[in-house]
Amino acid sequence: MSDLNYKVIIGLEIHVQLATQSKLFCACPNRFGDEPNSNVCPVCMGSPGTLPVMNKKAYEFAVRTAMAMNCEIARYTKWDRKSYYYPDLPKNYQISQYDLPLSQNGNIEITVAGEQKKIRIRRIHLEEDAGKLLHEGNVGFSQVDLNRTGTPLMEIVTEPDLSTPEEARVFGTELRTLVRTLGVSEANMQQGQMRLEPNINLVITKDGKQYKTPIAEVKNLGSLRALERACAYEIQRQLADWEKTGVTMETGFKSTRGWDEQTGTTVLQREKEEAEDYRYFPDPDLVPVVVEKDWLDAIRKSLPELPIARRARFQTQFCFSEKDATTLVEDRATADLFEQALSLGAPVKVLCNHFISFWAMHANQRGVSIAELGVSAPRMASLAKLVGDNKINNTTAAALAEKLLTCPDDPADIAQRENLMQVSDASSLEKILDEILIANAKAVEDARTPGKKQQKAFGFILGQVMQKTRGQANPQVVNQLLQKKLAEKN
Amino acid sequence: MSNEISEAQVRHVAKLSRLKLTDEQINLYTRQLGAILEYIKKLNELDTTGVEPMAHVAPLRNVLRDDIAGTGMGIDKVLQNAPDSDPPFFKVPRVLEDSSGA
Repeated sequence: MSDLNYKVIIGLEIHVQLATQSKLFCACPNRFGDEPNSNVCPVCMGSPGTLPVMNKKAYEFAVRTAMAMNCEIARYTKWDRKSYYYPDLPKNYQISQYDLPLSQNGNIEITVAGEQKKIRIRRIHLEEDAGKLLHEGNVGFSQVDLNRTGTPLMEIVTEPDLSTPEEARVFGTELRTLVRTLGVSEANMQQGQMRLEPNINLVITKDGKQYKTPIAEVKNLGSLRALERACAYEIQRQLADWEKTGVTMETGFKSTRGWDEQTGTTVLQREKEEAEDYRYFPDPDLVPVVVEKDWLDAIRKSLPELPIARRARFQTQFCFSEKDATTLVEDRATADLFEQALSLGAPVKVLCNHFISFWAMHANQRGVSIAELGVSAPRMASLAKLVGDNKINNTTAAALAEKLLTCPDDPADIAQRENLMQVSDASSLEKILDEILIANAKAVEDARTPGKKQQKAFGFILGQVMQKTRGQANPQVVNQLLQKKLAEKN
Repeated sequence: MSNEISEAQVRHVAKLSRLKLTDEQINLYTRQLGAILEYIKKLNELDTTGVEPMAHVAPLRNVLRDDIAGTGMGIDKVLQNAPDSDPPFFKVPRVLEDSSGA
């Protein structure tokens, strides 16, 4: 056992539901959560005599994604039928792309523990999704809901370039941010809008010899955490299996496994001697797509700033840490909100501070993004300006922020109304200070005498002023006044 | 008769197509499919050097529609021709090994 080490090889297959209004080949609504079978027509049901017509927007969404991942965009693509025998796709085939996908050979960059790594993308293609089968509580039968049948699905396949479960998770996060930024999918994983399938195996080196474990594919992971855990589990399982049986890629079979969230393990579903035989053939119902340069140029022009560039800009331009920049940019609407507030005159340092402190906290507590808190850019900007202009301090700002979540007013109005404005007016502060100085002669004495008590006494007097003004005194003004007073009478 | 296709291949294809065939049928279809393949084989005699592969016979390209959602046809109509239903669902024999999902 002493001379054993191993390398982990992970490739990912990701399905992303596209946020189009209608389905891929018919005009039925592409919507989650509607009454079962309410968004269904003869095309969805595969009735004889129906013909599919390709959704242009879905095609453009896939091309947008492919461009953002530096893929080569095919000038000529076609559609193929893949045999499929479940009642959630009643045509008995899935329309997909086989040998001429709409894009190939791309890459995206991920950062793991400060290190950048390029992950190659093998291909991106379009296909139709299947409906839903429900079995729970039913004896002897299953229920079929075809609302999802025929909705547009983008399949992204990576090269096996990921070498740790963490890298797999980071890649998944990066991809989710990217498709959201591009506006091609909401990528809500709880609703199955982004589904992950890792292919994992190990290259074990023992006593100078190499052994490859059989590849396992884990199906349909519904969260990034499940992806990371499933990969980690597979590594340990494959290592233990190999130590026990010695079965390798050459002597064993590729397997398909399911993830059990409760036990945190993967469960064998299928083991196949031969490659799956889907009997692909060109779909005669759909004509090829030939992409003209003008069309591609128009799509390329419409691409927004990509997350990787925006994140770098948020770090250099606004001094966010890498972690905070990543969190902000993860949700395009939140990053847009920040820049909007900034353009309305919010001081950048104060606004950054508000975003990473209380806005992030309120968003986390509610399980939403900062953009979904319902506080508009003008109101966020107004709050930041109050701090920037020394009209309120950050403690008051945090208290005001909480009020903004439920009250639609401008923060300046609330601060005025509730008497929260910071007192910077020297004459009124001087009056309060004088009273305190008279009442605390001992502290005043200490504050004037150089020594170890001086600092403490100074702080004590400041504290008294803050207490008297309920935290609204401008600390800088009080500080200056106090220094002046102490010097005067000496 | 030709041996363009073997009985084993016919059994395999039948299995993939979820068809249950008798031995007589296997034998019959092997001969019939073999004859079809034999006939089609004639095309192999053509010299296709320099001819681009063709994905579709129709001289059409880019038949695309705008992304505008309409409405479904209504659950009653959707289920009308179903062999069995449990409204608003279709009802099918229980899918045992669930490897569905596109």
